[in-house]
Parts: sequence; C-alpha cells; structure tokens
Amino acid sequence: MAIEPRKPPSQLLPKLQRALGGRAGWSGFVLQLLFVAALAWISYEIVANARANLQAQRITAGFGFLANNAGFDVSQSLIPYAGSDPYTRVFLVGLLNTLLVSVIGIFFATLIGFIVALGRLSPNWLLSRISGGYVELIRNLPVLFQILFWYLAVLAALPNPRQSISIFDSFFLSNRGLVIPKPIGTAGFEPFVVAVLAAIVAAIALSRYARQQLFQSGRVIKVWPYALGLVIGLPLLSALIFGAPVSFEVPTLKGFNFAGGSRVIPEFVALTLALSTYTASFIAEIVRAGILSVHKGQMEAGSSLGLQRGSVLRLIVIPQAMRVILPPLTNQYLNLTKNSSLAVAIGYPDLVSVFAGTTLSQTGQAIEIIGITMGVYLLISLVTSAIMSFYGWRISRSMGG
Amino acid sequence: MKRVSLVVTLALAAGLSAQAASAQTLKTVKDRGMLSCGVSQGLPGFSSPDDKGNWTGLDVDVCRAIAAAVFNDATKIKFVPLSAKDRFTALQSGEIDVLSRNTTWTLSRDTSLGANFTGVTYYDGQGFMVKKALKVNSALELNSASVCVQQGTTTEQNLADYFKGNNMKYEVIAFGTNDEAVKAYESGRCDVFTTDVSGLYADRLKLANPADHVVLPEVISKEPLGPMVRHGDDQWFDIVKWTLFAMVTAEELGITQKNVDEMAKSDKPEMKRVFGTDGNLGEQLGLTKDWVARIVKAVGNYGEAFDRNVGAGSKLGIARGLNALWNKGGIQYAPPIR
Repeated sequence: MAIEPRKPPSQLLPKLQRALGGRAGWSGFVLQLLFVAALAWISYEIVANARANLQAQRITAGFGFLANNAGFDVSQSLIPYAGSDPYTRVFLVGLLNTLLVSVIGIFFATLIGFIVALGRLSPNWLLSRISGGYVELIRNLPVLFQILFWYLAVLAALPNPRQSISIFDSFFLSNRGLVIPKPIGTAGFEPFVVAVLAAIVAAIALSRYARQQLFQSGRVIKVWPYALGLVIGLPLLSALIFGAPVSFEVPTLKGFNFAGGSRVIPEFVALTLALSTYTASFIAEIVRAGILSVHKGQMEAGSSLGLQRGSVLRLIVIPQAMRVILPPLTNQYLNLTKNSSLAVAIGYPDLVSVFAGTTLSQTGQAIEIIGITMGVYLLISLVTSAIMSFYGWRISRSMGG
Repeated sequence: MKRVSLVVTLALAAGLSAQAASAQTLKTVKDRGMLSCGVSQGLPGFSSPDDKGNWTGLDVDVCRAIAAAVFNDATKIKFVPLSAKDRFTALQSGEIDVLSRNTTWTLSRDTSLGANFTGVTYYDGQGFMVKKALKVNSALELNSASVCVQQGTTTEQNLADYFKGNNMKYEVIAFGTNDEAVKAYESGRCDVFTTDVSGLYADRLKLANPADHVVLPEVISKEPLGPMVRHGDDQWFDIVKWTLFAMVTAEELGITQKNVDEMAKSDKPEMKRVFGTDGNLGEQLGLTKDWVARIVKAVGNYGEAFDRNVGAGSKLGIARGLNALWNKGGIQYAPPIR
C-alpha cells in the first residue's frame, strides 16, 4: 500500500461560518437580531392569519373540545376507559398505548440488536452469515410493509376463538390474541410484595459486601447461592404465613369471545414484533460498528490476561464501544417511537390513531390536535435523548474520559 | 395514512394563512379549469375507480353533474380519494371544492367543521354484517363480539351507543381506512363488520365468497349521506345544492339522458323555466341558462344515476326504498325550480 501525502485541511468550514454571518462586532450582531425578528414576525403572521381565517370560516377553535365526551370505544386501554369519558381521557389512553409499544419495542430491539451484532462478529461462519442475512433482509424492507406482514401473517395462521390453541385450558391463543389467566391480589399480596423487595435489597447489600471484600482482602465470596436463597425463600415464607399472594381468574369461552383473564391483542403483538425486529437490524449494525471501533489491541490485551472471549467483550470492549454506540442508538430509539405511529394501519389504538385520527375527525380541530400530538412526540423524543445523554455522561465519567 | 393527514394539516395551516377569503369558489374552479372533488378510497356504487381508472358511482356522478353545470364538460374533475378521518381536513384546507363521499349529515358536523351539508344524495342507515357460519340472526345476539369499523365515522359512535344501550359488551377494532377494516373482518379478526347498509352490500362484493356473509336485519341509525362545501361561500353552496335538486327535479319531470334534447323543446312553462328558455334562473346561480340540460346530459336524472350505480341496473341491486321520489313512496324531494 502506498502512503499518500496528507492533504491540507479544508478551508470550507471557516468559509461557511463567515458566509452565514459569523462576523465579529456590530454588523454580525445586527444581522442576527434582524434574522430573529423576521422569524418572530413570520410566526406571528401565521398564527394571526390562521386565527382570522378560522373565524371567517366559522371553524370551531380552541381547546374547549377536550372536555367533551368522546363517544367511541377503544380496543386496548391501560387505564379504565368508557365511551362516555372526555377526549382528555382518550388522549391519555392513546399516549399510554404509544408509550407501551415504544418501551417494549425498545427493550426487544436492543436485545435482538446486540445478539445479532455479536452473532455477526462471531468466528462461527454459519452464525455470522445468518446474522448478516437478518440485517440485510430486515433493514431493506419498508417497515409499514413488515407491520402488515406480521399482522396478516399472524392472523392468517391463527384459528378462531372457538378452536383456539389452549395450553392447560388456561392459556388460549386465537386470532383474538393471547388470553392468559389474570392474577388478582388477595390478602397475602402486600406481605408478599414486601418480602420480595426485602429479599432484593438484602441480595444487593450482600453482593456489595462481597465486592468490598474482594477489593480489600482479595477474598472471593460466592454470593449467588445466598442471594437465590433469599429471593426465593423470603417470599415463600410470606406465602406460607399469610397465604397465597394472588388467585388466578381463568378465561372461559363465552359466546364469541373469552370472558375473564387478560388479553394481549394481535395488533399489539404484530406492531411490537415488526418495530423491534426492524429497529434491531439497525441497532445490530451500530453495535457492530461500535465494537469494531475499539482497537484490536484491547481485545488481545484482554485475552493475554487470560479472560474468556465473553468476558473480554463484556468487561473491556463493550464499555468502550458504548461511547460510539450511544448517539446513533438514541436515534434508533427515537425512530422506533415515531414509527409506532404506523399503528393506525393495523388498528392498534395508539396516540395518532385515537387522537390525531378519530378525535380529529370527530371534532375537526386539526390545528389544535396535530399541534398537541406533535408536541407530545417532541416531548417523548427529548426525554428519551435526555435519558440517553445522562447515561452517556455516566459512562464517560466512569471511564475517566 | 398518517402522512397524508399530516400533509393535509400542514396544507391547512398554510392554506388558512395564505387564503385571504374563502369565498369565490366558483371563480377559483373556473380559473383552475378543473373541479377538485373529494371522494372515498373505493366504495363500489358510490365512488370507486373501474378497471380503466375512471371513477364511477353515485357520489362521483354528483361531482360530474357539478362539473357539467360549470364547464359543460363532466370530465374536468380531479378526484381526491380520502379516508374518513382525513376528509374534513381536506375540505377545510381548500384542497377540494366539494366533498362528495358518503358522509353522514349530523348537527355537529354541520356547525363545528366550518362546512355545510348541501342536501341528501342517499338516505342510509347503519347495519351489521356477519359470517353465515356464526348462525346469528339478530344484532341483539352480538354480545361479546369483536367488531371491525372504519375510524372517524358516525358508525364508530353509533356502535358504542348501540351496544351500551342494549347492555352488551363488545370489542372494537378501528382501522384508518375502510379496506383495512374489511380485510381484518375477512381474515377473522372480527366477528362483525359494521358500516352503512349500502356500504355493507358494496363491501360484501369485495369479499372472496360474498354468499358466506349475511347482512343482519337491524338498522341502528339514520345516516343521511350528502355533499359538503366550506362555510362562507353562499354562491357555491347554492350551486352544489341545486345541482342535486336539478337531478331530482329532472326525474320528477321525466327528463332523461336520452330525451333531454326533445324535452328542451317543450312549451310547458315549467319545462321552459327548467331549461332556461324562459327566465334566467341558471344565471342567478352563477351558471348558464342551460345548466339543467347540461347536468342531465352528463349524468342523467337522479333515478338514472341511482339505478346505474347502486340500484337495479348495478351489481349492488339496492331497492329505491327511502330514496324513491316523494310521490313514489320515498322521501327524495326537491324544491321547485322557479
């Protein structure tokens, strides 16, 4: 390989900065002030004009509609909801459904993404080819198409409720979704929760103590048998004393559908599946790039210390790779959340579907509703980035860089 | 779908801020040389494209009649297919001049949307369709059923009222477009599909085995379907309103697509007023004197349009019922043209 002479650094950036008004002194300041004033004036004009025209056309404006009754029902709601509730409640139902699918989607996307990335980097030929094939197939197909595929494929494969696949006569899988027994808290529920929490706290304290011992005296204490004993033993003890924490409401087929039990609707399954596998294909490439960005010497140094490949990855490579991975990973999380608005195509009642869809159509107040919806997505995205930035800050602090 | 509504909304914001006044739709249409008409995304009998891409249907014929009255050319139309939840925004934003898309006339829609209904092209009611294999004979047997519906419709609200009123439980799955709802019903996701009865018959034709599905006898609501125009332009409101009245009047007077030229020569005073050989009623509307003749030549009278699209002469084969003329047992009635 020939060594090329180094090119002189480009002058483009400073030129661009100068052209865009990065001037020193008064002229620069005045230019910027004028620009801001022009922006403010344009925004004011848009708002004032829109308001005047709304009035001229006698289109109802304002946020009064939020207190009106919605008058329609929703298939999945995390909070109690009836058609007689106001639009604010509908908004909340949709928002929670959006958050639910986003959080679960992000969890699985990250999990699958890391597994596929490690698979692609694996020395195992078959594993790395399968992982590579997964990435190339999934990330190159439109996500809406994948959502429809999962929805229609899942539906076509499943039987109707009367012929549903049942496991122990308490789990039922049909084209109405998965119906499972619903746990209902009984008298022993609260002591049980307390016991679980106490066990977890004790286990954490124990592992801290063991770590301290390791660093101070080099004594290795095997913690996990004690921790496991605590986590299983304490709640069991509580159940023996206070009685079982929950009883199960077993679903039964009544008429067209199952009564009792909890149900996961197929729309939710299809959407989560499509979004997490799709986003995972991008995350896999980001993680792979991150890992490859860590110098090979680090891995070799780890191996020469006698660490296993898994330990090298976990303790040395991934923590360093995280700094590279985190910013694009945040982008993918934001994309997943925003893509969840494609839910409307398969009838999953997310924010866009029930609020920017049905509510908008019923009230006709497009500007207000689209405004609120955009604001909410913006807020979700900003909070997500803030959390990720905080995480990134902690990583870089713990690595001292 | 979501993209569409967002684009439409942005257009609305931009349109509302740019448009000085919403009036003068007629002038806008003439300057453009084209009527922009909002229709459904495909509902056989009312508005759907045929295999050559030509839009046909009763709602489409209303658009064609307006274009004929304005341009004397029923082809000068841009059809804009809209989902139920996007239709009003498209009208508000000025993207379409008239919404002729099986839309139910209700008080809240007439007042708060910034638009007006101009009349009733079809008197409909909401019904239910189920698979024959379920052996259901009445909507009252539908307790605990799953129901597929298109979101943003009066249907969605009536459904909630009906099941609540009859103390029945149900699960609703609302889809962005009608086709998605029908597809989910066909795949077995829902036991029931609900929309206006005319729509049920139309959608049943799209299913793989139409004979396996049955429309239940209950009609649970009043659904008068009609065209809509924006508030604030009374002239345009009158033109759209009287285009439909002209079609109904033509049926009443026995003027058809075939005999229109002969009838135009009639000496009867009523005929003379209708054809504009006496007086200038058409010009008062902002149209030409021969506006009725133009409309009937293009699409025929109301009865002809009905038969061709949804009635005896069509695949749907729906009886006239309420949509017969007022003097033939129905309630279609037009004020006099004079």
